[in-house]
Amino acid sequence: MKLLVCIKQVPDMESRFKVNAAGDWYQETDLAWRMNEYDEYAVEQAVQLKEQVGGTDLTVLCIGPQRVQETMKKALAMGADRGVHILDPDAYQKDPFAIASLIADFARDKGFDLIFTGLQSQDRGSAQVGGLLAELLGLPSLTTLVDFAYADGTVTGKRELEGGIKAKVSCQTPALVTCQLGLNTPRYPTLPNIMKAKKKELLSIPVADLSPPQNRLTTAALAPPEKKGTGLILEGDPAELADQLIKILKEKTTVLA
Amino acid sequence: MKVLLIAEYRDGKLLGSAAELIQFAQLLNAESAMVLVGSESALPAYGGTLYLADVQQAGEFNPSVHKQLILEVVEKEQPQLVVLPHSSYGWDLAPRLAMALNAAQVSEVVEVKDGQLVVPACNAKLRRTVKPATGISVVTLQAGAFTPPNGDVAGTPNLVKLDASPNGDIQFLGYEAAEATGVDLTKAEVIVSAGRGIGKPENLAMIEALAKALKGEYGASRPVVDAEWAEHSRQVGTTGQTVSPKLYVACGISGAIQHLAGMKKSEFVIAINTDKDAPIGEVADVLAVADLKQLLPVLTEKLAG
Repeated sequence: MKLLVCIKQVPDMESRFKVNAAGDWYQETDLAWRMNEYDEYAVEQAVQLKEQVGGTDLTVLCIGPQRVQETMKKALAMGADRGVHILDPDAYQKDPFAIASLIADFARDKGFDLIFTGLQSQDRGSAQVGGLLAELLGLPSLTTLVDFAYADGTVTGKRELEGGIKAKVSCQTPALVTCQLGLNTPRYPTLPNIMKAKKKELLSIPVADLSPPQNRLTTAALAPPEKKGTGLILEGDPAELADQLIKILKEKTTVLA
Repeated sequence: MKVLLIAEYRDGKLLGSAAELIQFAQLLNAESAMVLVGSESALPAYGGTLYLADVQQAGEFNPSVHKQLILEVVEKEQPQLVVLPHSSYGWDLAPRLAMALNAAQVSEVVEVKDGQLVVPACNAKLRRTVKPATGISVVTLQAGAFTPPNGDVAGTPNLVKLDASPNGDIQFLGYEAAEATGVDLTKAEVIVSAGRGIGKPENLAMIEALAKALKGEYGASRPVVDAEWAEHSRQVGTTGQTVSPKLYVACGISGAIQHLAGMKKSEFVIAINTDKDAPIGEVADVLAVADLKQLLPVLTEKLAG
């Protein structure tokens, strides 16, 4: 089988975000970068399928500046066979439609049997690229999967719905699936596999070689949300804090009565 | 302005998000029409035109067929916005529609500000005001962001029936119910919940100890359940339990919107977090800026003493 997994590099979400000078995205300085969490599940599922079906070739694709190759190396160390890096320093200015179109441009004539993406990115959170990519390529797509199985050209999965309910679905390959958190347990790359990953092919394609369309959506403004919280903020050493919290519990709630 | 609202129906029921779609249309002062793949026995309280396709015929989860039905209505109604809930149904269907309509898609709208749509970014730490460059846009609404103020939705829809062919590229094989075993958090008066900030599974014992000292139950956020440190019945949030205890103590929980949706109706909320700017602060009555690993043992001991 030929498999493609699409990943994104995102900042650690615990970071303090500042708006950039242009006012259209966050400042990139002082951020720690990692693989988008949803995509870790996508990579793991693709690697598991590669292990299940002999002779499978797994490509990992990522769009962004030079630094995203660090994240791609993690996917290669997890078990992807080769990497394709669409080198685009301005990827953050592209909307999901432009990003999906770039991937479709690359993937269209490659004959992938199955494409894996995360459900959404942690920074943009649009949950669009996977769905748009499937439509651009004319593939059926199963989204929000928390369970995945493949046999004889059929993908069977469970979609996570609200309230803990799941929907069992299936479709024929070629297809695309988007992966929800909890789909599997993403592996940690082992040291020997990290070393092996350094020798794997990592092809860099300048974005100018592809033809991204115009954005359909632009950012008019970006700002931290207005603080609506009227809550009290307590700081201090643990013993003081504990005393203050107990006092508040006695005054404001009935749980200690 | 005209908007087309796409209501969601599941397992014999119209979902409550329909009222939020109507509220959104009213906020925009827009004319509206609605599409529902559902049943005449479960119609929304809505005074406009409702295009209804029979779920028996069209299939309950059959996105390519639902897409075709909505495209037919778009053709007739010529709306500027096609509006869906930002749910597993809505975020699945929206890109399919956006692609077919050459439309911009705006995901998870939380607010309309001066007529412009605002969406969250970076785990709700930032908000983006966005501008579609297309004449028609597909929009999904964050659950709970457009709840009608006093639930006063009324009206009887003017029904227009749609015919559907059941052929799609995806087979829907049925539902799997939520696990019925485990603790029932909805009955707990006090819940102490663990988030990613607990760091390692061994630290869950501190959460349990505090819950016990407060005569409550312990809960968990999604990452803790996904890591299998706690069972699914203890998960608080959109895909877990929705709770409203007298006291909710959020320990090391940053406050993703899916978690907040599950606990924001709690009577009193204490958050313990090292990050003063964590979104949980928005719903907390008290935010203690502290490392839970230091604070919890002291707090538990003082409560027991």
